Amino acid sequence: MSATSTTSGGDVPAPGPPAVRRDGRTGLVGTGALVRFALRRDRVRLPAWLLALTLSTYAMAVALVDSFPDEAAREAVRASSTSPATLALNGPAHYLDDYHYGAMLGHQAIGFVGLFVALLCVLTVVRHTRAEEETGRAELLRATAVGRHAHLTAAVLVAAGAALGVGILTGLALSSLDATGYTPAGALAFGAAYAGLGLVFTGVAAVTTQISAHARAASGTALAVLGAAYALRAAGDSTAGGSTDWLSWLSPVGWAQRTYPYLDNDVGPLLLCLGTAGVLTAGGFVLSLRRDVGAGLRASRPGRREATAWLTRPVGFALRLHRGLLYGFTAAVVVLGAMYGSVLGDVESMLQDIDVMQDALGDLGGGVVESFAALVMVPQATIVGVYAVLATLRARAEESSGRAEHLLATALSRRSWLGSHIAVALVGSTVVSTVGGLTFGTVGAVATGDGSLVLDMALAGLAYAPALWVTVGVAVMLVGWAPRAAGLAWAVPVGAFLLGYLGALMRFPTWVLRLDPFGHVPRLPAEAMQWTPLLVLTALAAVLVRVGLAGFRRRDLDTR
Amino acid sequence: MATVATAIHTSGLVKSFGATRALDGLDLSVGAGEVHGFLGPNGAGKSTAIRVLLGLTRADSGTATLLGGDPWRDSVALHRRLAYVPGDVELWPTLTGGEAIDLLARLSGGLDRARRDELVERFDFDPTKKGRSYSKGNRQKVALIAALSSRSELLLLDEPTSGLDPLMEVVFQDLVAEATRAGTTVLLSSHILAQVEKLCDRVSIIRQGRIVQSGTLQEMRHLTRTTVEAETERPPTGLAELPGVHDLSHTDGRVRFAVDGGRLDEAIRLLAAAGVRSLVSHPPTLEELMLRHYGDRVDAETRRHDAAEHQAEKGR
Repeated sequence: MSATSTTSGGDVPAPGPPAVRRDGRTGLVGTGALVRFALRRDRVRLPAWLLALTLSTYAMAVALVDSFPDEAAREAVRASSTSPATLALNGPAHYLDDYHYGAMLGHQAIGFVGLFVALLCVLTVVRHTRAEEETGRAELLRATAVGRHAHLTAAVLVAAGAALGVGILTGLALSSLDATGYTPAGALAFGAAYAGLGLVFTGVAAVTTQISAHARAASGTALAVLGAAYALRAAGDSTAGGSTDWLSWLSPVGWAQRTYPYLDNDVGPLLLCLGTAGVLTAGGFVLSLRRDVGAGLRASRPGRREATAWLTRPVGFALRLHRGLLYGFTAAVVVLGAMYGSVLGDVESMLQDIDVMQDALGDLGGGVVESFAALVMVPQATIVGVYAVLATLRARAEESSGRAEHLLATALSRRSWLGSHIAVALVGSTVVSTVGGLTFGTVGAVATGDGSLVLDMALAGLAYAPALWVTVGVAVMLVGWAPRAAGLAWAVPVGAFLLGYLGALMRFPTWVLRLDPFGHVPRLPAEAMQWTPLLVLTALAAVLVRVGLAGFRRRDLDTR
Repeated sequence: MATVATAIHTSGLVKSFGATRALDGLDLSVGAGEVHGFLGPNGAGKSTAIRVLLGLTRADSGTATLLGGDPWRDSVALHRRLAYVPGDVELWPTLTGGEAIDLLARLSGGLDRARRDELVERFDFDPTKKGRSYSKGNRQKVALIAALSSRSELLLLDEPTSGLDPLMEVVFQDLVAEATRAGTTVLLSSHILAQVEKLCDRVSIIRQGRIVQSGTLQEMRHLTRTTVEAETERPPTGLAELPGVHDLSHTDGRVRFAVDGGRLDEAIRLLAAAGVRSLVSHPPTLEELMLRHYGDRVDAETRRHDAAEHQAEKGR
């Protein structure tokens, strides 16, 4: 060392590792690669969502024209939509000022399909941030030359891209329509309303993913915000006079609706969406600096030192894992039941002039209230069907994560292990469906003064149990015989949604309708009780569960 | 059930995953009451073999007997009598460590609270934290405490101490030794050779899905070469001609060679005839035994050379 220093005049920098180059953007290094990685992982999921959201909006737009073919029919809907309950269900009263097809679509779709756009954005952000951290995969990537903010940035970009994608696709699809009130400008404004709502909830998820260390809690919190936003605008819109309008201006769902596509095409509320999305996203980045990778903002509190006796029974343990899911869906059907129940008093006046609806309801028999009540049970049963699939697939998630292996290496048999998850799914879906019907009936009884609705609707909810059991059975079959394809179980509720919600208006062939287990359930209380289809469904469910269990007992445990 | 002399016996186990043959005719035998080391490179089939023994995976062909029963058919009855510790413990995010321990222990057939509390103490484990907040080593402790508190007849341990600190490693070794004294059979898959050398009576080495060597450490040493280094009064004669002597070298009155187990006696006689001043002999370490079976491309010659060099280093 001394020899070299004499020759170079003593001005040699101290030997050591090369200085680390810092510049302001190192936090984002690797974002591009992570975006490509996320798109690669979601190459089926994202296009499927975009297509489903665009098509369902398009189908609604077409169905409106079919259902209300003339000015008189539209006027009838308008006249019956002024009650507080229907306004709370649909959206602000300003849409009623000129109720052409465009206004109807804006009034009814933004507050409904728009919620799914928000859901897509929340799930996308959580999936590519917190869920990755929870599994420890993010840690591997963060140890490479990937910046501190790259994960969140990539997730926000992908979710925002999805929101914009839905907006653009919907706008393009709708601008191809030609009917009273459907204008290209309105179509684009409509798409922008979807996109704005999606962007806000991308921001919401960017914040909630920082708070809790668990992916489920992160998406749960964001969806609770969505629920609160919906409730705020429902309350705000319920008075036609506008005295509570300010409540809706606190809600992103309210902003999206207040773009009034096809009527005003107002950009103002969209700017509010963009601003809020920006502030929330920035907040997410700031919060992310205040926590460690894999940790939440709140330190987790110490829990129980010992297990209760109940927890160490197979069913008690399964129930513990399913608890959050069960509570969440019960809360959802209670809110939904209360909302639909509260409009039940206005149904008669609302529907008396609409021929198509009269026809559809007339097919069912019974009075208008009973028919409407029976129709409301269809989407509710579909939602409980989603629970049935989620609950059954929880067992599969336990298996692929490797946690089932610990339990199955104890004296717990495979039959008891999977059986306890199935039992929770079967009983849980029955309870949730009945509670939904009960709430709907109780609130409806108050609204209409007809006390018999309480029991009638509880039974109507219960009548869907056999169809829900078949849904569980299909999922068990897949878990037992084709675990890697267990996600196909989603076809049951998704199919039921498409057939039940749009089927009456879109006229599917009969054999397709027969595939839907929910379609075989008697539409109580409008129709008379029919035992045969329920018994057949129950028997089918029993066979599916048994055969699925047998498959699970025969195969290798499939971990990861 | 009558006492069985063999706790684990498999013959010709084959298990394929697609084109990969994870087990390729595995013959493994573990006597009742023994601690059996199960060694092999990554991907050799150790975990697959243990999963077959647990009835979590079904072998394509071959037979396996565990505590006198069929691991697939009688899995529940057998699981009551054994305990399992995987190398990678995945915990439930919403359950505390204490809850997970109780859950596993009770489902295995009963919880001995006093024993559990003792183990929690000895492993210095905090049972009040939630699943994800445990480090790798602490997650291992959950499975270890649950398994060791059950006082099973058979312990199936698949790299059980990965992530444990050296202090906890000592606790683990003590506990296994205690269990063995109580008559428990242990199958220990491990990469920590010191652990295996300390705990195990017999060792089986698995490679590419089959057992390539099995026996007591002593027997296995006998089958391999011992390195001898001696200082003699006169240069020893006849060593070079003796079959079984390898890598012979003379430096400054010192002689160094490796000799096959069966020829050790003759070689020492030749040294004695030359007047031994000092003598150092190294039996092959387990590491050297393992290296003979690890690695695909290392040919026999380089391996012997490496082993000799390694021994030379250790001798210094």
